[in-house]
Amino acid sequence: MGRDWVMTSSGEFQAAAIVSWAEAAARTSPPLRVTGVVKSFGGGFDPTRALPWRRNAKREVPRRVVDDVSFEIRRGEIFGVIGANGSGKSTLIRMISTLLLPDAGEVHVFGLDAVRDSMRVRSLINRVSADPSFFRTMTALENLLFFGRVYGLTPGEVKEKAPEILRRLGFEWERALEPMSHLSRGQQQKVAVARSFLTSPSLMLLDEPTTGLDPRSKRDVQGFVREVQRDHDASILLTTHDMEEAELLCDRIAFISGGRIVAEGTPLELRQKVAGGRPVEQIDMEDVFMELTGRSVEEDEIVEPVTVGA
Amino acid sequence: MVGLAEQLRFPARPGRHALVWAFIERQTNLWKRYWAWEVVWLVYGVVNTLAVTLIANQVDQSSVGQSIDVSRLVLFLLIGTLVWAFLSAVLDDISLVISWERWEGTIEHTLMAPVERWLHLSGMVLFGIMHATVRTLIIFAIALPFFSVHLGQADWFAATVVLLVGSFSVAGLAIFAGILPMLYPERGQQMSMMIQAFVLLVSGVYYEVGVLPAWLRMFSYVSPATYILDGIRSAIIDGDSLIDVWQQLAALAAFGVVLIPGGLATFAAAERWAKKTGRLKRQG
Ligand SMILES: Nc1ncnc2c1ncn2[C@@H]1O[C@H](COP(=O)(O)OP(=O)(O)OP(=O)(O)O)[C@@H](O)[C@H]1O
Ligand SMILES: [Mg+2]
Repeated sequence: MGRDWVMTSSGEFQAAAIVSWAEAAARTSPPLRVTGVVKSFGGGFDPTRALPWRRNAKREVPRRVVDDVSFEIRRGEIFGVIGANGSGKSTLIRMISTLLLPDAGEVHVFGLDAVRDSMRVRSLINRVSADPSFFRTMTALENLLFFGRVYGLTPGEVKEKAPEILRRLGFEWERALEPMSHLSRGQQQKVAVARSFLTSPSLMLLDEPTTGLDPRSKRDVQGFVREVQRDHDASILLTTHDMEEAELLCDRIAFISGGRIVAEGTPLELRQKVAGGRPVEQIDMEDVFMELTGRSVEEDEIVEPVTVGA
Repeated sequence: MVGLAEQLRFPARPGRHALVWAFIERQTNLWKRYWAWEVVWLVYGVVNTLAVTLIANQVDQSSVGQSIDVSRLVLFLLIGTLVWAFLSAVLDDISLVISWERWEGTIEHTLMAPVERWLHLSGMVLFGIMHATVRTLIIFAIALPFFSVHLGQADWFAATVVLLVGSFSVAGLAIFAGILPMLYPERGQQMSMMIQAFVLLVSGVYYEVGVLPAWLRMFSYVSPATYILDGIRSAIIDGDSLIDVWQQLAALAAFGVVLIPGGLATFAAAERWAKKTGRLKRQG
């Protein structure tokens, strides 16, 4: 949409001004503001219940997966979202990525509403998901060329930037000319990290970026993320199951349990919170995790209804 | 410079042709990698064309065939099989827009890219038409020497125009078929293939639609393929000019005007619904 606005004829001149106004507003807005976001799955209108033999079928109960979540990421910050499996982290990230529509609440990326202004929001973000997701028969380079192109990068730009990023992630560039399916899972994950940093997003969403990586590769990726944050004042949302990584990378962390944020603060603040009289040095993030997510995990188990539509 | 934007930066939006080209190039790469499947479809297309058209030669040799114009029947069947090879390739390529991404696991990354859906679909449509053209020309070149047909009277220009205008109305239909896999991740592709089979039945690919039972005949009026086949047959068999086939062209244009915007709007609504109910993807 952006390009449409910036044209020369007199009618569109005003439109161009509106963009710069929106951009000016965006410059003073936080990279991400999530307010009261709710998401449930299942239990929607089911037309098959009109069929005679389905009339008495059990009605599906909607399940709240993200429950009234609010937080804000500051500029240049790495914000961690931590929680047990199934606590709603990826669902939250999908709503920020415009891949899911929230049932209630709002997501603003640099002041732009992720639902109403989704096209401009998409051009400002990118995402690394836990599974690499590529066109398997295409080479890594062909994948990067495609995913670069749709964000406006020319092949020349991709070929210039990608080797450098991949080198810093400890990936031999020669292998980028092989089909993705020939690469190991960890190597694919590195290409996935490169794919999203390639487009220089203003807000980066990292959903378990280091899952499946060996200790050295993990460190390569973590080092790269830190470096980018330090040198480029990047704003990053990170989820991880690695508590060491969370403590190493995150400026602030929110703990999420059963779709709700149960605690939020710097790693130190969180340790103090659960210390309960013990010296803070004896508490590590794993203790914090157990303390903050343990109880609700069991609760989730009980609440979980039987039928969930795919 | 590598890494994230130093400050908030609205990236310059690429030109539309660059975005459309991104999808054409990607599909071409995929097509090259799945070349063995392309060979399968080519062989299948050639065999189907020969098998069906040879029926006309059989009719020639049996006594029942005395009173009919066999070379006309050969051409009739040849055009039917080739046009169907073309249309089914277009239908396949476009209606797989979502299924393909699901198989590869790329659906979320493709759908979150800052590309308007109509540009994405335009890329798929253009690739589908080019792909189908290449495949059909190869089948045509291989099958033609098997038959003796008179093509002197054919108005190729009129036939090409009918096929091109028709491609876009079929593209509209294919966009509708492509919506199903988004709504029904498990069974959508199957439904969309059944629609394709039904189009084959009612459009008069291997026979005049007049032979259909009345209740099926009604459906032939609402299938763009009927008008494409009719228009191309009159252009090639009877040598009708562009002006003579104006009715078919007008019908096809009307289909395009209704189906393409309708398909795009329905696609957008389906995408919204999929994002509301979490049907795009659930793992990861
Ligand atoms: N599209 C969907 N349809 C139905 N249910 C879904 C969908 N996506 C997620 N869920 C459910 O929502 C819950 C939260 O899932 P989510 O993927 O957000 O968890 P997570 O915190 O990312 O877990 P993990 O640490 O394992 O990645 C799960 O119970 C999951 O089954
Ligand atoms: Mg997850």
